Amino acid sequence: MRLQEGTGLWEHRGKVAVVGWGQSHIDRRWDGVTLDRSCGGLTKEACLKAIADAGLSLDDIDGLITSPETRAEQTWAPRPYFDPPYDTEDGLTYASAEWIERELGLKNIQYRVSDAPYIGPMMGQAAQAVGDGRCETALVWYPMVNLAGRYGHNNPANNSEEAPGPSAFTLPWGYQSGAMFNNLVIFQQYCKKYGTSHDGLADLCLNLRRNGLMTPWSYYALHEPYQLTREDYLNGRVIEEPLVIYDCDRPVNTCAAFIFTTAERAKDLRQKPIYVLNHAQTGGRGRSTMSTLEEHQEAVASLARRMWEGSGLGPDDVDVFNPYDGYLTFTQQFLEGFQWHGVKLGEAHDFYADDIRVEGPHPFMSSGGNNGTGRTRACLFSDSLEQLRGTAGPRQVTVRAETALAGCNTPDSNGFIMFSKSPD
Amino acid sequence: MSTIPGLERPGPVPNDLTGPFWDACNERRLVLQNCTVCQRMHYPPTQRCDQCGSADNFEWKEVEGKGHIDVYMVIRDSRIRGFRSAQPINFAVITLDEDPGINFLSNLPGTPPGEVPVGAPVELIFEETSTGQLVHEWRVVT
Repeated sequence: MRLQEGTGLWEHRGKVAVVGWGQSHIDRRWDGVTLDRSCGGLTKEACLKAIADAGLSLDDIDGLITSPETRAEQTWAPRPYFDPPYDTEDGLTYASAEWIERELGLKNIQYRVSDAPYIGPMMGQAAQAVGDGRCETALVWYPMVNLAGRYGHNNPANNSEEAPGPSAFTLPWGYQSGAMFNNLVIFQQYCKKYGTSHDGLADLCLNLRRNGLMTPWSYYALHEPYQLTREDYLNGRVIEEPLVIYDCDRPVNTCAAFIFTTAERAKDLRQKPIYVLNHAQTGGRGRSTMSTLEEHQEAVASLARRMWEGSGLGPDDVDVFNPYDGYLTFTQQFLEGFQWHGVKLGEAHDFYADDIRVEGPHPFMSSGGNNGTGRTRACLFSDSLEQLRGTAGPRQVTVRAETALAGCNTPDSNGFIMFSKSPD
Repeated sequence: MSTIPGLERPGPVPNDLTGPFWDACNERRLVLQNCTVCQRMHYPPTQRCDQCGSADNFEWKEVEGKGHIDVYMVIRDSRIRGFRSAQPINFAVITLDEDPGINFLSNLPGTPPGEVPVGAPVELIFEETSTGQLVHEWRVVT
């Protein structure tokens, strides 16, 4: 984790590259029957696609990195397991390094990580592992799991009469998750301070869906291929007023995989290398029960300072920007904190109302984000790679695309990574 | 139980760190950790002072129980079982008058959902949870 300011350029700047990416099929939920579409099945699909995309063989992979944070929110048990290899949770609600090593028949693995955090910090961890020489070529994957039932309603913590640990100070008042609740509190503080309102998010929402529909593999392109209207957004089903359903990225069942390797190894591979110039993370909480707007603004300002310091770049150097939009209510913190396209504190909603289409001068979140593609989280990174490769198809931005900054999750807990077509 | 119809709050489970806080709630008192060196209050309870880093200078300090409503939202589709029968229900952030850097959650018993007077003063009350443990709550001062 790179959490401290004042550490200078990242020691592996330009010496690590991403050379492969694979995205599995995407469904709203696993049907509980089709094993190729289970977590394990989709993970195998994504990993094999990423390896093929890089032009590598299975024997070239010597590092495996993944996260168990698949958002399943429940176990498959007590439902009956299946024949091997789907006879445990490993393969159904997560897919460990050991599971993939075994199922793909990988023979040269020397570095295994199955407990990485969520994808934001995990991408930085992968870059660091390759840079540090823990492995030469890392296969990195991030499944998202969605089983039957209303999301969150089967989570045991939400059905208990007790609130243990830190939840004792939040759960008795109906607080559900930091990403949803604390960030909505801060959004309300933002609106109060800068004189704006929830309606100011409509243009972002509509553009994300538009970009998502231009992403061939996305949930919406495959399963609900129609654009939202402003009226849809403004009249969306209220979840926690003022938050509506269209502010919430939709849980899906899918997996994405990436290949990280050394710049040296990347030279003669199939894809033009996309170099890593830096990675930085944020972890912490505010002083009291609810972090405040000012605390989150400072957290992102610090993240930005560390990103500029480690990459040698500045706000004007970032061409493609894909921060997290898991709830639309916090995305403006990243836009304003990194000052992308000169956006200052309190200006995000006016920026959204300007031209943020991919064809326009300010193609914010060309990925379509998680609201446009479904909650893969990986779309933020894969779109960044595609934009720099020039393979984003109808989503390809028309402005310069030499560098890309991507990351997630929230302003107080995240990991960001800076990509570049050039190692210099 | 709660004075809000249909609400079944999950009951806090005290531990070594938080036991004195919850014991005080059961006595209808609100006490906060106070670092006697920094004179800085902490809520929720923490292992170390976030200012001086010491774990050795905490005392439990009773506070007056007056605050103001900062912002609010309305829960309409809760994932938490005990809240589903109480929807819609307010969810407000209360700042403590003695130290506005300290904030609390509140469902504002007595205030109709969505009719929250932002900026209004509130006073401390206590409500019962599913386990019988009392929790601190806040009511708009009329």
